Amino acid sequence: MEEVDVEPTVTNIPAASDGKHLGFAWGPGDILVYETLYKGSDAKGSGCSFIHEVRKDEDIYSPILRKLFNESHHIFVGLQTIREDLPSKNKKNQFVSISKNYRSVIRACMEELQQVAVSTKEAAVATQYGNQVSILLAIELIWNLCEVLFIDAAPAGSLLLHLLDWVRLHKADVDEKAREVLQSESPAEHRDYWDVVVSYVLQGRLEEARQMLVKQAALQPAARSMYKLIDTLLSRMPFYNPGGNQTLTEFDVKWRHWHDEVNRCLQDNSFASNRHLEIICKILAGDEDTLLEHKELLSTWYHFLVTRLLFSHPTVKPTELHYYAQSCLTMFLDSRSVPEPLDNILLAAFEFDIHQVIKDCSIALNNWWFVAHLTDLLDHCKLLQSHNLHFGSNLREFLLLEYASGLFTHHSLWQLAVDYFDHCPEFGHVYLELQIERVPLDTERKALKVLRICDQRQMSEQVRSICKIMAMRALRNNRLGSALSWSIRAKDAAFATLISERFLQDYCTRGTFSDLDLIDNLGPAMLLSDRLTFLGKYREFHKLYGEKRFGEAAKLLLSLMTAKIAPRSFWMTLLTDALPLLEQKELKGGFCCFECSGDLLGRPNPRADVLFRGAHLLPERLSARLTEDLAG
Amino acid sequence: MENINAKYVSQKISKTRWRLVSHASLQQPDVFATGSWDNEVNKISFWSIGNHGSSDMDDGFEGDPQLLCEHKHDGDVLDLQFLDQDRIVTTSSTGAVTIFRLHQNSQTISVAQRWPRAHGFPCENAPCTGVVCSSPEIVTVGEDGKIIVFRADQEGVIRVIENADSSTIHAVTYLRTTEILTVNSIGQLKLWDFRQQSNAPSQILSLSGDRVPLHCVDRHPNQQHIVATGGQDGMLCVWDVRQGSTPFSLMEAHSAEMWEVRFHPTNPDHLFTCSEDGSLLHWETSTSSDMPSFLQGGRNNSMISRSAMAPAGGNQSLINAWLSGDSSKGRLETTHMLPSQTLSVNSLDVLGQCLVCGTDGEAIFVNRQVPV
Repeated sequence: MEEVDVEPTVTNIPAASDGKHLGFAWGPGDILVYETLYKGSDAKGSGCSFIHEVRKDEDIYSPILRKLFNESHHIFVGLQTIREDLPSKNKKNQFVSISKNYRSVIRACMEELQQVAVSTKEAAVATQYGNQVSILLAIELIWNLCEVLFIDAAPAGSLLLHLLDWVRLHKADVDEKAREVLQSESPAEHRDYWDVVVSYVLQGRLEEARQMLVKQAALQPAARSMYKLIDTLLSRMPFYNPGGNQTLTEFDVKWRHWHDEVNRCLQDNSFASNRHLEIICKILAGDEDTLLEHKELLSTWYHFLVTRLLFSHPTVKPTELHYYAQSCLTMFLDSRSVPEPLDNILLAAFEFDIHQVIKDCSIALNNWWFVAHLTDLLDHCKLLQSHNLHFGSNLREFLLLEYASGLFTHHSLWQLAVDYFDHCPEFGHVYLELQIERVPLDTERKALKVLRICDQRQMSEQVRSICKIMAMRALRNNRLGSALSWSIRAKDAAFATLISERFLQDYCTRGTFSDLDLIDNLGPAMLLSDRLTFLGKYREFHKLYGEKRFGEAAKLLLSLMTAKIAPRSFWMTLLTDALPLLEQKELKGGFCCFECSGDLLGRPNPRADVLFRGAHLLPERLSARLTEDLAG
Repeated sequence: MENINAKYVSQKISKTRWRLVSHASLQQPDVFATGSWDNEVNKISFWSIGNHGSSDMDDGFEGDPQLLCEHKHDGDVLDLQFLDQDRIVTTSSTGAVTIFRLHQNSQTISVAQRWPRAHGFPCENAPCTGVVCSSPEIVTVGEDGKIIVFRADQEGVIRVIENADSSTIHAVTYLRTTEILTVNSIGQLKLWDFRQQSNAPSQILSLSGDRVPLHCVDRHPNQQHIVATGGQDGMLCVWDVRQGSTPFSLMEAHSAEMWEVRFHPTNPDHLFTCSEDGSLLHWETSTSSDMPSFLQGGRNNSMISRSAMAPAGGNQSLINAWLSGDSSKGRLETTHMLPSQTLSVNSLDVLGQCLVCGTDGEAIFVNRQVPV
């Protein structure tokens, strides 16, 4: 038994009295909990007669998050059908764009949640949505980093640029502050002015920093040379251009040159008289202590990491990242000793330990959505070693199955789960077979959709079982036509026989057929079962008789009797029907009736006996005719 | 394909209909209604796409449907139709028929009238599967095989045809003002004449061969004898109800159930079908013989078509193009209108140049520049 990674959370069941024992039963996505009769020694209070449903995942019931599930399902299905034979470069671009699609879906959801959280008047809703927003923010942060490190797999040089983009995307408050400052009367004298300038520098947005500094320079004409100097330094910082023809080594040389220049300025004390400019220069030199002084502006250790790399080691290689990451984390978190789960996940990502990332995310989140989709994408990029688990198949399939099983418990999203099961080669089919029969079928239309799903996957057992359920329901409500159409769908001969017997019973009791529109128009469905064929033919006999086409009617009746597809209970009726026909001179096959009536009496074929009996069974006026027939 | 916007709405859409626009104005429709199904709480909703005569579509968000108002609905919305500008009739899986009124000024919806157990079995509910109305008359059909006629402002039921069908009636449409046409799950079309007192159909038409359930029906807007149906096998059949009891032409359209078929109301050379297989097809036929072969761009499949019967002899030009159904001469073209791999498209409606459809993927697609 594996050890538990984290302490399990405790959920209190309200309304369950103290000291009572609780029983429980696992459901597919939840637990049913009830009070048992067992009384402990200190049990008090009366029993509670409720059953409580404890659900772990509330997110699938949130109307806004539902959009996330639907849209990501669309992207997922698209991903599965990417052709295998594309060259790997094209595939990488496709995977990156799919990853961006997923992320934009997350962002769209986040924005909508944020809007509702801000505008709602109910505090509980606002808190709940606020929590969901922060979870989605974290998810997107992690996903973005995984995209940069694993999927895009940028080499040294571009790696830092991508990391810069990543940090900028997740630190939007700089722009807000900048807007505020710029809109004020005198931006250079705004109290947040220097914070904005420093933040720009920390994020490597040097153009914008320069534009802001121009405003300050205008106010201090005396210090013009200093501002000119810092402007030069800022403008001359080299940034690696991946598309250009400069190699990494050349860029490194250029960058060191520039770095030395910055250091010289510091040593010369060029900015000694202006504290702010000195700080900026120190940041440009990559001085860690100065960076750490601006923790509130950096606000996160990974921002610190990227800034530090930007100004001290921009040609960092992917394999070197984790050294810097670990040390930055330690340096940044001095007051809090324990890193949060998110920090650990990001650290694992910097260490390129994909499995650890997935594992930590699975524990931290209450919904399998994120890990399932991310793992699936990484698997397509061939980044996951086939890591076989103690049970089941590989990691990707396990996560997808868990996610889809959770979806299946939802009254509406079960249809999405079907596609996920389809793309789990080992166990998906089995899971689907077990789950699909439990979808409640209130209307015929829903049953048809479920049947179509089963048909497309050759799940004939389930087709039969669902059709039988619907046919029984129809039969119970006396909808014989519906029942027949369900048994035709399932090609269920036994049920078709049952329905035909109902019709025949009705006929026997009432003397006429009900639902003529059905029986008259059976078509090839008649061949589904013998009884059904008999029913169709018998009705045809009636029609022929009604149209006074006695010859054909008689022939038909004869063939019905000889074919022996009539149920025993009906033979009397057939014989009775034969009587008026016998009066017609054309009929010659009267003796066949005796074979039937012989069987009716349970004896093989004793003609004499039958004749005697026959005389009793059949009206007097006809026995003469029959004797005549027998003789001739 | 660029003209189609998807909007995710967190509910599976079972029916969608444009609000009627007056014929006099050349306005494009701006409001549509949707009904949901398979939710714990189902709703009917009204959406607006903003009617602009101008066609500057550079901004992608223009035309994104905005929710005007919504209302709870008891049970799945199985069918929905506008009675007039402000009222819609819905039918429910509980067997109820409801009229909702949209209050334009306050953008709210209220229940105007309700028949809670219009359709039903003795001991359980019977879903009411289809409705058609011609104000103030409303005709509904259901899984109980009944046809019921209501009037919008009267409490009770005007007429019930009990046991009209031994199987489920899936859809109904008007043929003439006093005649309706129903389709059922044993593949029959039945004509009912309300002027007659008897409870028997005046005519029954069906496909020879397998009794495939029919799910949808629509009448040609100008020629009242031409009717198109779609069924469980995804075949599109066009019938002439005056002639014979078998369809004129059969076309293989979809690979799964066809849920809705609609003739374009003002341009009936165009037909639209949608299906469980997630596709929405635009069929275009033409009577001229020298038509260019196939449309450029997009996904375009010319579907196989079989004529069940040669058109009755006589004047070729008078025979409606739909009844010939011969695509090998390039007279019938079909285009896919949705990006591939959507879940089932349950419903569509087309008016003017605007097409709206709803899917099981909880998305609504609106196309404002349908080439008709």
